[in-house]
Amino acid sequence: MVGRRPWEIASEKLIELVIRICGISAVLFVFGIFFFVFREGSDLLFHRFNFKEFFTSIEWYPTSQSHVRYGVLALIAGSASVTALAMAIAVPFGLGAAIFISEFCGPKLKETLKITIELLAAIPSVVWGFIGLTVMNPMIITLFHAPIGLNVLNAGIILALMSVPIIVSIAEDALKAVPDSYREAALALGATRWQVVYRVLLPAAKNGLLAAVLLGVGRAVGETMAVLMATGHAVKIPSSVLDSVRTLTATIAAELGEASMHSDHYQILFIIGVLLFLITFAVNLTADLIVKGIRGK
Amino acid sequence: MHPLHQEATATAVMNLKLMKQTTQRAGWGVGIRLTAAVLAVVAVGLLVTGCKRSDSSQGPGGKQDIQNTGSDTMVNLAQAWAEEYAKVDPAVSVEVSGGGSGTGIAALINGTVDIANCSRKMEPEEMAKAKQNTGKDPQEFMVGYDGLAIYVHQNNPIGEITLEQLAEIYREGGKITKWSELGVQLPGGASDEIVRVSRQSNSGTYQYFREAILGKGHDFKLGSVDQNGSKDVVELVSKTPGAIGYSGMGYATPEVKVLPVAKKSGDKACAPTVDSVLNGTYPISRPLFMYTLGQPAGSIAKYMDWIHSPAGQKIVAQSGYVPLPEGGAKTETRK
Repeated sequence: MVGRRPWEIASEKLIELVIRICGISAVLFVFGIFFFVFREGSDLLFHRFNFKEFFTSIEWYPTSQSHVRYGVLALIAGSASVTALAMAIAVPFGLGAAIFISEFCGPKLKETLKITIELLAAIPSVVWGFIGLTVMNPMIITLFHAPIGLNVLNAGIILALMSVPIIVSIAEDALKAVPDSYREAALALGATRWQVVYRVLLPAAKNGLLAAVLLGVGRAVGETMAVLMATGHAVKIPSSVLDSVRTLTATIAAELGEASMHSDHYQILFIIGVLLFLITFAVNLTADLIVKGIRGK
Repeated sequence: MHPLHQEATATAVMNLKLMKQTTQRAGWGVGIRLTAAVLAVVAVGLLVTGCKRSDSSQGPGGKQDIQNTGSDTMVNLAQAWAEEYAKVDPAVSVEVSGGGSGTGIAALINGTVDIANCSRKMEPEEMAKAKQNTGKDPQEFMVGYDGLAIYVHQNNPIGEITLEQLAEIYREGGKITKWSELGVQLPGGASDEIVRVSRQSNSGTYQYFREAILGKGHDFKLGSVDQNGSKDVVELVSKTPGAIGYSGMGYATPEVKVLPVAKKSGDKACAPTVDSVLNGTYPISRPLFMYTLGQPAGSIAKYMDWIHSPAGQKIVAQSGYVPLPEGGAKTETRK
């Protein structure tokens, strides 16, 4: 502690302060965003909001001249169906790819695969939407004799392709984090490589793998541009994967520009934003609780 | 020291814990001051973006900018005008964007645009709102006509359609859902279901169609595939064998079939052309409008005059729309 000049101490304090601001800012921004989104919709929410219609009606007629109705059930069903299908495709593929990259392939192939997967993550969502619109749409019509190729299947596949890179890279990190001593011990006991994966690595990396899947879900729920183009944007509760749907996010994107400031339509779109926020919050909270539960044992 | 968890959620949890520790150590004073600072920054941001632009601003190099936003039906036409006008008066640059008639009107009400394009008439409430917000009455200029064309896939054997059939297909509670109900068998084993292609709800075309075809007070049947642009409708119809869609006649391409429309069954069906729109035999045609805030002056007035001149009207025809008849309504203003 001898010989430290005052300016050294001061600059250290300054750097500490800057880093502290960086740390706290994330929390502030999250609360700030929630606050502003909530505020924009609060007038309607507290005075004229029809909870029953909002959650149980499929009738979304925000600009009707005779009878304006704001039912988002079909939009929730649209978001849920597309996300579910995307995860049904992306989770097995993503986890499988992560296990292969981390445990089974040689170092050269590993590098190539990792770079390629990162490239997949870098494709902008509007390009994915474009692929859905121009490549997948006619393909689905010819393959399945569907009336239209913009549907749950199309958007589900696109979203799966978009979430796979996230799932792979986080799951691969989680597997890599399992200490080598675990692998060595299992192999020394005479386990085959598959047994090592099933019995040792997957249980050990459980938390990280779950986090990978949930981040994939978050990506799928929040995606807007690609689903706007690939779902067909039709207000409808899907009865099969070949039905067109509309998602919560796409509705906000398509309609917010038109709604005049502070009209009911404008406010209801912000309430949908709050709903989306609560959905992602619930997903993250579940993840945290599961992770804590696992750790507690 | 915490054991190092490598998993992402664990890291996130750690971050939160660390943050808690730092805030505790830093004391809440710093936290509150920080909150205030962030809120201030956000507030300034809101103020800046919420600012209203002045009527027509001086662009770089002394160029006059005219902001022109709105109807998607008219965006190609407005772009063609802007490009041609750049040759007529190089000192003025007209910046055109689409987004839908509703977007143009919203911009006019907020005072952020000089000219709003609109494929429907402005509602009296919208006029009042604009007056209240900007202190000026919107002025209406009719600039041309559009026949609202009904598009189907080029392989669709259907020959014509009536207004009642269109209403039954699109209206809430309407009965027609299959092509066989119109007596049509789609070739190549395509699905019998009618795929209704529609527009997003701020589109002037959407609102015109609702009023003219579905009838006042009626709504669209849910489950239509809503596209965000006139061109998107035609493109989707060209790729979907069982689709039907509506869009401006200027968007016709060789890949789609433009259906002749009859007023009622038994009447003679007629396709949208310049003549059939002008003499009223094509049943679904509408005027196209431009709106300015207050009586236009300076470069905006000159631009509007040029649009109504023969040179400007020639471009209406070139864009696939119907020009105003000679000596026709130039400034039909609604008070």
